Amino acid sequence: MSAVTSILTPIRLDYTYTAGRATQRFLLGMAEGRILGQRCPQCTKVYVPPRGACPQCGVPTTDEVEVSGKGTVTTFCIVRIPSDVLSVPPPFTCAHVLLDGADLPFFALIQECEFDAVRMGMRVEAVWAPPAELAPTFESIRYFRPLDEPDAAYETYKEHL
Amino acid sequence: MAERCAVIGVGQTKHDVKRTDVSLPGLLREAVDRAFADAGVGWRDIDAVVIGKAPDMFEGTMMPELYLADALGAAGKPMLRVHTAGSVGGSTAIVAAQLVHAGIHERVLTVAYEKQSEGNAMWALTVRIPFQQAIVAGAGGYFAPLIRAYMRRSGAPEDTGIRVALKDRQNAAKNPYSHLVFPDVSYEMIAGSPMLWDPIRYMETCPSSDGACAMVLASEAAAKRARQAPAWVHGTAMRSEPTMFAGRDQVNPRAGRDCAAELYRKAGITDPRRDLDCAEIYVPFSWFEPMWMENLGFAPEGEGWKMTQEGATALDGDMPINPSGGVLSSNPIGASGMIRFAEAALQVRGLAGEHQVPGAERALGHAYGGGSQFFAMWIVGRARP
Repeated sequence: MSAVTSILTPIRLDYTYTAGRATQRFLLGMAEGRILGQRCPQCTKVYVPPRGACPQCGVPTTDEVEVSGKGTVTTFCIVRIPSDVLSVPPPFTCAHVLLDGADLPFFALIQECEFDAVRMGMRVEAVWAPPAELAPTFESIRYFRPLDEPDAAYETYKEHL
Repeated sequence: MAERCAVIGVGQTKHDVKRTDVSLPGLLREAVDRAFADAGVGWRDIDAVVIGKAPDMFEGTMMPELYLADALGAAGKPMLRVHTAGSVGGSTAIVAAQLVHAGIHERVLTVAYEKQSEGNAMWALTVRIPFQQAIVAGAGGYFAPLIRAYMRRSGAPEDTGIRVALKDRQNAAKNPYSHLVFPDVSYEMIAGSPMLWDPIRYMETCPSSDGACAMVLASEAAAKRARQAPAWVHGTAMRSEPTMFAGRDQVNPRAGRDCAAELYRKAGITDPRRDLDCAEIYVPFSWFEPMWMENLGFAPEGEGWKMTQEGATALDGDMPINPSGGVLSSNPIGASGMIRFAEAALQVRGLAGEHQVPGAERALGHAYGGGSQFFAMWIVGRARP
């Protein structure tokens, strides 16, 4: 008889979780194929997704702004092990994408190019889900793909690494 | 004027991938028993317990401090839990030191641990939070882009990370508590190991470990009665910053720079590379050695890699970094920061064994956590401050 060394004990917790005002605006934008951020009235930085307040100035970010689906890869990583979250098989490339008009890069999957063709400064654009599948989730943007544009100069994004 | 505080006992477990031979309380007791033997104290001598570990989800044991109180002799004594993600081992020790500095307690037991084999840290780090973007590939996926940004900014040679890993893995072979030891480790072995989160290779990555670390901190009066030479606390500092704000420098975070500046001011350090004899810094991925050396002011910004390439950070260099083998060799997450603090104490007490830096007088212990946003540091010395 072999010793019992471990047991599995699945636990389930149900939550009612609300997105909050700022995130809700962003998610409703996602369902319409739009990227909505908020601008800080003091430092004028644009946060996408918005959190409702500026983490630097501590004031509400009340001005809603729509930003472009185009942006610049500031830095990236090639993932060569399977992800629990993404169904994409490795290797795949995830990047920090600074959207045109935003002041904070966000993490995004890059597709429609070789995984090792991604580079710092590369210009990319959002690829949206088909209209019927747009929903109030981040997944409405399926991934980003390369744009046929020259790379952005390092100086233009070096503050956003 | 604060009371003086000294480390009079240090204990750690043999770190390993699965410590199935001990329960969670048993793991902690192994470290505590060794710290007590070092200090020459017993349970009755302890006034309070300060405990830390990484977030509860990593093991799925919620508020484990309640369940562990009996095993740590804390029944009827003050017990405090500290939460600061990966930096927790460091900040736990600092909270314990503050209880002594404040003159509240004579001897405080401080413990930090992780039993990674009983949980799934990778899952805990990538779990979906409603309405938020998922982190896709655990800590490696988070930190790899920052390393690439450092490489671009500094122009460091691409093999800098390999050289860090080689040095740490060679040091680990001199440390009997190390989890990962590769007796025949070579530059080629590391360079040829698979990329996991490019630019991070397998052998440039920390392991998942089971392990614990404990220290007995004491007032000056209690330190005089200790069994062996103490390590005196010359200064402590903690800083944090938000995960995300526009223009945040995650490669050389301001919280880390400010933390180091306060620490050096308290400890009377004007030139850290000259004034300190060695440092144990939190390097979970090889490239964080040059990154943190710049953040800590051992090298000017953009030049930390030169110290690695020149061998300055080796055990026989002028600024040995991680003589113990570091987080790359043993990573019981919650304990990893405290092991840095404890190893710094062992160095200035002259008790580090085979990985002793000869004549070490002053040493730095460093921990960081979260998205490079929580920092905890201390400087310990052989001399009473």
